[in-house]
Amino acid sequence: MLGVLSLLEALTRTGVLPASDFPPPSLTLVTLGQQLATAGFWNAVGQTLAGWASGLALAAVLAASLGMVIGASDLAYRAIRVPLEFLRPIPSVALIPLAILLYGTGFTSKLFLVVFASFWPLFVQVLYGMRDIDPLAMDTARSFGLRRLERVRHVILPSTLPYLATGLRISSAVALILAVTAELVIGSPGLGKEIDVARVGGDGRLMYALIVATGVLGWSINAVFSRVERRLLHWHPSQRADGGAR
Amino acid sequence: MRALRRRRLLAGLTLEAGVPLALLALWWTWSTRAGLVFFPPLPDILRSFRETWLAAPASKEVLPSLGRLAVGYATAVLAGVGLGTLLGCSEAARRSADPIVQFLRGIPPPALLPFGILVFGIGDPMKVLMIALVCLWPVLLNTIDGVGGVDPTLRETSRVYGLPLGTRLAYVILPAASPQIVAGARTGLSLAIIMMVISEMVASTNGIGYSILEAQQTFRIPDMWAGILVLGVLGYLLNGLFVLLERRLLRWHRGARAREGV
Repeated sequence: MLGVLSLLEALTRTGVLPASDFPPPSLTLVTLGQQLATAGFWNAVGQTLAGWASGLALAAVLAASLGMVIGASDLAYRAIRVPLEFLRPIPSVALIPLAILLYGTGFTSKLFLVVFASFWPLFVQVLYGMRDIDPLAMDTARSFGLRRLERVRHVILPSTLPYLATGLRISSAVALILAVTAELVIGSPGLGKEIDVARVGGDGRLMYALIVATGVLGWSINAVFSRVERRLLHWHPSQRADGGAR
Repeated sequence: MRALRRRRLLAGLTLEAGVPLALLALWWTWSTRAGLVFFPPLPDILRSFRETWLAAPASKEVLPSLGRLAVGYATAVLAGVGLGTLLGCSEAARRSADPIVQFLRGIPPPALLPFGILVFGIGDPMKVLMIALVCLWPVLLNTIDGVGGVDPTLRETSRVYGLPLGTRLAYVILPAASPQIVAGARTGLSLAIIMMVISEMVASTNGIGYSILEAQQTFRIPDMWAGILVLGVLGYLLNGLFVLLERRLLRWHRGARAREGV
């Protein structure tokens, strides 16, 4: 890591990479440090995170409730399967113009895009989870006279939770991508907008500093969600087997 | 018994085909009656779809987009698998590359766009490079993991038997890592589509993303919807193509099943 940084430093200092486009990493870090002390920077971070968090939460509630209701019935599941397969691959960024039309360029637009994008992975995971419930466990619970809520608590939740956690991890990354995209393309306030403003203003150092900050944000979100997933679900077989997309 | 089963199968098929058709019919009647500006009648959207996208000039917008997507994506997959195999084979290389790759992957792709515009301008090379850059990380990371996770017995046996490096790569290491590589390539594909669209929205004079945003800005609402439809169909087709390819490639792998995408 340090090796790569010093290589970059050397390349930019000696002018192998044009200085106007590539400021030395040390200067970028200094700029980042200065930014950390300004209110405007934290304001932008807050705006990005607000869109990210509220969108993700809304999508999670929607996906969990819809997924559980639809996944519980064979009929409903089969009925939505084809529309789902068609809606899911629609790139969420295609809806940017629609979001602008409906909600203008503010926070609501960003929220709409984040919710739309993070809904699908969550919904699909919850559906998988519902299909994965052991019918034997369900029948046993039923014949033991567990009420609907008790069945949800003791059978349905434990077997869908791992899927929901995976969905959350995937969606948390997607939600951040869409939040930053909305800020960059539509101009909703937040880190993405600040990055573009820095570029237009010709302040390369600030631009790189903000990109690094966004990267740290993305990296931490991913780290936190992976850890929570592992911690919460250490009892589940899926966490012991290795592999899968990261 | 058999008649019952057949009837049940028929009912299921009717349900699966009927619901989408019913939804379409609902959209059709609702949109023609409601008269909302932002939700134009479905027939208008379909007409625009036919006129602007299926007719000859369609190639003007769709082909540049697809071309950039294909070149960028192919570059990323090749570079990711190549570099990943190299790094994955050595424990030390894997360790030292990990923090950098993890961090670069953490950057949300759109945040890199201003960097691309600053350094490479707004032409095609910028877009291709940006597409390649964002899908490189998932492919690279998964290749490193996959190659690093090859069963040591398998790896050592093939070495002890004196198989040359090329043979070992082609017949032992890469096949063993392929389920993970494919999973990474799939994540990469959805990122590539996102990047294709937003790079055209931010800085372009052609392409699907550009024309949708332009339609919105000039209030050609049916055209905008038709563009969204095009992207939807495109996403669906590319995804379907990928699944077909994946099934062929991983036919031998029992655990291979559809992975979640963005």
